[in-house]
Amino acid sequence: MKFTRLLTGAVLALGLAGTAIAEEKTKVGFIYVGPIGDGGYTYEHNQGRLAVEEHFGDKVETIYQESVPEGADAERAITQMALSGADIIFTTSFGFMDSTVNVAAKFPDVKFEHATGYKRADNLATYSARFYEGRSVLGVLAGRLTKTNKIGYIGSFPIPEVIRGINAAYIQAKRVNPDIEFNIIWAYTWFDPAKEADAATALIEQGNDVILQHTDSTAPSAAAKTKGDIITFGQASDMAEYKPAPRVSSIIDNWGPYYIERVGAVMDGTWESQDTWAGIDDGMVVIGEITDRVPAEVKEEALALRDAIASGEQHPFTGPLNKQDGSVWLEEGQHADDDTLLGMNFYVEGIKGTIPQ
Amino acid sequence: MDLSSINPILLLASLMVAATPILLAGLGELVVERAGVLNLGVEGMMITGAICGFAIAVETGSPVAGFIGAALGGALLSLLFAGLTQFALANQVASGLALTLFGLGLSALLGQSYVGIRPPPTAKLDIPLLGDIPVLGRIVFAHDWMVYFGLILTLAVWALLKLTRAGLILRAVGENHDAAHALGYKVVRVRVMAILFGGACAGMGGAYISLVRVPQWTEGMTAGAGWIALALVVFASWKAGRVLLGAYLFGGVTVLQLNLQAAGVDIPVEYLSMSPYLITILVLVILSADRSRAPGSLGRIFHASS
Repeated sequence: MKFTRLLTGAVLALGLAGTAIAEEKTKVGFIYVGPIGDGGYTYEHNQGRLAVEEHFGDKVETIYQESVPEGADAERAITQMALSGADIIFTTSFGFMDSTVNVAAKFPDVKFEHATGYKRADNLATYSARFYEGRSVLGVLAGRLTKTNKIGYIGSFPIPEVIRGINAAYIQAKRVNPDIEFNIIWAYTWFDPAKEADAATALIEQGNDVILQHTDSTAPSAAAKTKGDIITFGQASDMAEYKPAPRVSSIIDNWGPYYIERVGAVMDGTWESQDTWAGIDDGMVVIGEITDRVPAEVKEEALALRDAIASGEQHPFTGPLNKQDGSVWLEEGQHADDDTLLGMNFYVEGIKGTIPQ
Repeated sequence: MDLSSINPILLLASLMVAATPILLAGLGELVVERAGVLNLGVEGMMITGAICGFAIAVETGSPVAGFIGAALGGALLSLLFAGLTQFALANQVASGLALTLFGLGLSALLGQSYVGIRPPPTAKLDIPLLGDIPVLGRIVFAHDWMVYFGLILTLAVWALLKLTRAGLILRAVGENHDAAHALGYKVVRVRVMAILFGGACAGMGGAYISLVRVPQWTEGMTAGAGWIALALVVFASWKAGRVLLGAYLFGGVTVLQLNLQAAGVDIPVEYLSMSPYLITILVLVILSADRSRAPGSLGRIFHASS
């Protein structure tokens, strides 16, 4: 009996000590879907984490768990992080959405932020970047640079974010080069270099000479490099090691400023649940250097579109646009609203194939 | 739908490339399990082999040295497993899982300075005359030498287990280690050698991904190939020929479904995407109707006193 009481006391004391330490430092947690060395999506989130550490120095402690599978196990990982005393937890992949919602309900005092999702709560905010703005710019490059008029696209999962990217790229590629066609492969993974490389190889062997990807690793560029004169783009990160070709440009996700802002809000108590969806003009989406492999006038055209999107002069989804089945989506001059974009589950007119349901 | 855009010769080449990593790792695990040891660390040994092979190939400029390094790296890591399970008598399942976690971490550490580097190309085996035979020559005789190595290894493993005295001893150890011990065979020694062989094979399988299939180094790049190889051994009823069949089926259907998607074939993508798993399991399960079973001592701890 005495012994048990002693133990309870010890546990309590430890717990109190733990809280005391936690109060001094703000603990920031990150849940990653891939390894931090993927050279792409997770790498950039981790750069954001490092930016938080650098900005706040001793006032923060960051923790992260990498390669967390989307699904039931994610809930365990997030719960564990919440139990370890994190003040705010960023879950950085779409597939963590329901797990984050569940854990957030159990830990009302912990702040949660889920990337690219749409479910919110009082202690659960969402944030995402308008990657599709960047994809419009890449679409111009893809349409201008293809010689075979066949453009390959490696998709991960058929979710609105990925479909939006395909549509945005297609609209611009088609505008600058009406003869192009898109060939889409669904890899059903965010990160599997071997499969991504296989997908790129399959596309290249079937005559696609420009490859766009919405998966996280640099493997498609690595595969393209062994196959001759192929064009690829950096996805989520600059993937600069494949410059000047095959990688001729990139979409970079720049999370650092956002993470710093939100962690700062937790520190001074002003954090509120909100939905952030920032694009090129906010600097959350950055177009990586366009290399000399691209002719100067094409480069200029792409940069002009980038600037027009940033200034709000041009919206990537501007009518007249039809859906794949030929029905009218946007009238002349009309812009797509955010709700439609967030739930996008259709191809625009001209894209072949069906979206897996 | 435009199937004409699929080039069967190139398709077959990609198929062999996709199959070779799991074939190598599967053959290694097959020998380990036939010796009565369940090593769940295949994924860890593959990824360690991937970085060891990559690093050595980059430093020496020789892919051959890379593959040898990968085999050594994988074997070295498996030595840890051998120590834990054969001498410390630790639980094999737990030790194997630990090995996978350790291998993933270790490879990430070793690989930090190798991100974004391109490895030296692995030579295609260009056999004069044979390689010039129209169509057939390109299909059969124009791959990198590791593809042939995988095929020869299958034959060697089959012959070893089926035809030699050493194979008989190995199988005896795996079927009933107490009986094998009573007959005077060195159970622990046989098993350690099998584990080392398994590690070397898994290492080479991993290096094939980082040196040929992708080719580059990325953390966690095996992405579950080790687990596929493990499952393959079970579904192949611990027979070398079936591991080969299963690996080629799995690799083949994986590549084929990607090609069908790229060609815009009108089959729902979900079905295409699950087809490699379904078809491989189906074929191997039908084949194993001959009541093949697992080695009798699989996963059991052996100590000479018991």
